[in-house]
Amino acid sequence: MNKIYKWFHQWGSPPTFYKWSGQWLPWLTFFCVALFAIGLYGGLVYAPADYQQKDSFRIIYIHVPAAWMSMFVYLVMAISGAIALIWHIKLSEIMMLSSASIGASFTFIALVTGSIWGKPTWGTWWEWGDARLLSELMLLFLYIGIIGLYSAIEDKRKAAEAVSILALVGTVNIPIIHYSVIFVNTLHQGPTVSMFDSPSIDTRMLIPLLIMALAFKLFYGIVLLMRSRNELLWRERRSQWVKNIIKGDGT
Amino acid sequence: MSEFFYMGGYGGYIWSAYAITAVVMTLSIVLPIMQGKQTRKRIEQMLEQEQD
Repeated sequence: MNKIYKWFHQWGSPPTFYKWSGQWLPWLTFFCVALFAIGLYGGLVYAPADYQQKDSFRIIYIHVPAAWMSMFVYLVMAISGAIALIWHIKLSEIMMLSSASIGASFTFIALVTGSIWGKPTWGTWWEWGDARLLSELMLLFLYIGIIGLYSAIEDKRKAAEAVSILALVGTVNIPIIHYSVIFVNTLHQGPTVSMFDSPSIDTRMLIPLLIMALAFKLFYGIVLLMRSRNELLWRERRSQWVKNIIKGDGT
Repeated sequence: MSEFFYMGGYGGYIWSAYAITAVVMTLSIVLPIMQGKQTRKRIEQMLEQEQD
């Protein structure tokens, strides 16, 4: 435990984090843009139309990565919250808070694109009886609740603690989302790609999907770093290293 | 080219889904950039006041 703490402490020290994140951002942006370009070309042009859903399946290339990220970001947020609660590491608290809005954005994208995809496929925009749809909507409410709770509590130290606990409790929703299509089979189709079975789609369809998933992941990394850097700069505004950066205007 | 946008009749669904995604993701990037500029400006002002 002590080793982990030291590692976090070193990489999580505000000036060090600010420095390495500034160096990483241009590279992350470059690879993210490149992956989006390849992934979009692959998904919209290269991949053949689905034999059942025809071209409408191409919504998968934003819907599924966004849905994966909506859960992934939530887990990152909950874990950061736990680390902030246990070790009181400032940076993990900032990462938890920075994740909330981008997680909400991914969840929103997953819901809206899913709804648009649902219309030609199921004949309806929304179905209240579907477990996958409801649990994903719950996730959006959790994100909004976390953002709202943090801004509602005046004492930011207490606010961060309350939000960490809410995020941890809300983790029960993640396996519910994941298994909702397996146990309760109503409208939403089963998983196309799973960690344990071979995927049920053509390789030419699968590769762009994986590329898009990676692009979404990098996108999250970029937004997370940018938001965290802003928050860190503001929180540490009284310290010398921030003054040096602002005066020298070095990044 | 128009066949590409037509998407076998699903163009309206596909392009609106992609457009909404693009808008949300653009906002996700633009907002923190603006926020960062504002933060820097506020800290700069704070430092100037300290010097006076």
